[in-house]
Amino acid sequence: MSEQKKGQSIEEKQYLVRFNADTKSHLHVKDPDICMTSCPDKICTIFCPAEIYKWEDIRMHVGYEGCHECGSCRIGCPHQNIKWEYPKGGHGIVFRLG
Amino acid sequence: MSEKFDCIVVGAGPAGISCAHELAKGGAKVLLLERGEYPGSKNVMGGVLYRKMMEDIVPEFYKEAPLERPVVEQRFMMMDKESAVTFGYKGMEWAKEPYNNFTVLRAKFDQWFASKAVEQGAVLVNETVVLECIVEDGKVVGVKTDRPNGEVYADVVVLADGVNSLLAQSLGFHKEYQPDEVALATMEVLKLDKKIIEDRFNLEENQGCTIELFGDATKGILGTGFLYTNKDSLSIGVGTLLSGLIKHKIKPYELLEYVKNHPMIRPYIQGSESQEYLAHLIPEGGFKSMGKIVGNGVIVIGDASQLVNAIHREGSNLAMTSGRYAAETILLAKQAGDFSENMLDTYRMRLMSGFVGQDMQKYKDSTHHFNKFPQYFDEYIPMLNKAASQMFTVDGMSKWEKQKKIWSDLGTGKEKMKLARDMYRAWKVIK
Repeated sequence: MSEQKKGQSIEEKQYLVRFNADTKSHLHVKDPDICMTSCPDKICTIFCPAEIYKWEDIRMHVGYEGCHECGSCRIGCPHQNIKWEYPKGGHGIVFRLG
Repeated sequence: MSEKFDCIVVGAGPAGISCAHELAKGGAKVLLLERGEYPGSKNVMGGVLYRKMMEDIVPEFYKEAPLERPVVEQRFMMMDKESAVTFGYKGMEWAKEPYNNFTVLRAKFDQWFASKAVEQGAVLVNETVVLECIVEDGKVVGVKTDRPNGEVYADVVVLADGVNSLLAQSLGFHKEYQPDEVALATMEVLKLDKKIIEDRFNLEENQGCTIELFGDATKGILGTGFLYTNKDSLSIGVGTLLSGLIKHKIKPYELLEYVKNHPMIRPYIQGSESQEYLAHLIPEGGFKSMGKIVGNGVIVIGDASQLVNAIHREGSNLAMTSGRYAAETILLAKQAGDFSENMLDTYRMRLMSGFVGQDMQKYKDSTHHFNKFPQYFDEYIPMLNKAASQMFTVDGMSKWEKQKKIWSDLGTGKEKMKLARDMYRAWKVIK
């Protein structure tokens, strides 16, 4: 059996990272109706490396506080439906090592 | 911030710091803006820093920089589900000065590197996002930051704002990237005792090893994995084209867990403890995805200009060289008092005629080719593993018989033709 226990799930991985979250989101779903009606795959909920996009029955929840600011959602959204900005200076993710 | 600078560099990564360092050294008044809490706090890299391009900027940096280990061995694993064909090179010439390359942890290294630029006289301001370039009469004359009264002016603005260069995009230098032009990489830093690392990777003190992972590490999707040794930690990661994750509906962190638990990898990392998890995009569109990199009063360097050689896992070295060339061009422009696109184009010409441009052109079709024909990763690597297994398994069958069997396993005549054609094509895109 592997001794590799900690850091397996995305929740555990995210727990290893330091964030200095701003009070307001730097990510916005431009038109919520598009997620609801034209996007059956909701692929952002799959490829986002921090799993910050979560579909909650009728709306997309965006947990911007855990964002790695990688830009994948802006590029990968099949409907270009995500407005992506950098968090305010000094805010957002703070990598300590890698 | 109302004073005027000779140059504003946006982004304190390898490209931006190199540029600011060289500008300050040349006597220019330079402002280096970083959106993170400190340089490196937003930066992610598997971890290989090349000595030559770094030494072009700070000679003998390895005597004082926070490096992890000089790399003395580079291995390549062609992986199937429960096997791997491995080759590599280990050489003691890499274990001593001047070294070939080093593993580094970005957050530590970039802070040190930025401090060298500051020593030269660059002004570093952290925690500052550049919202837009200030354009007057078709010329970039400064930047607007997110600080109160945050407009700053300069003769030249250098965009070193990384793969998500919203600034270059807003100037119309390149279109939004497509999912097959960027790779999403996730990695972890795993804490492990120094002595255990040295035993497991067959290293002596102050020696490092890098292992590149192909094939099953990315479940056959175009991409690679890596496992690098740091001082008392390992960096493990996996990167695939974003389009591949979308197409196969794979979660990137699950792919990372898959690599960590792969029977060829697990023994290396056993007993280690995760310290940090990181995700980042790598621009992998290559030469064909490069947009405009010079305009009136503006130059684009590093990842912001797509300077990555994905085949050779090189990026930070291209970034540093681009930063140095940009600085040299700006110093010339300063002498001439001419910051027009025409003048600054010296940067582009030097870049494209040197190793950076040559390598970008050499591999211009590679990403597109390997993406279009997935069989290299999902068919041929397993085939190679099977052939090696058959050849090296001693079971009473003669070697002639084994060769015959391996040959027939390659498929029908038509399939063999396809294989031969694919090998030729692969050769063509990387030759």
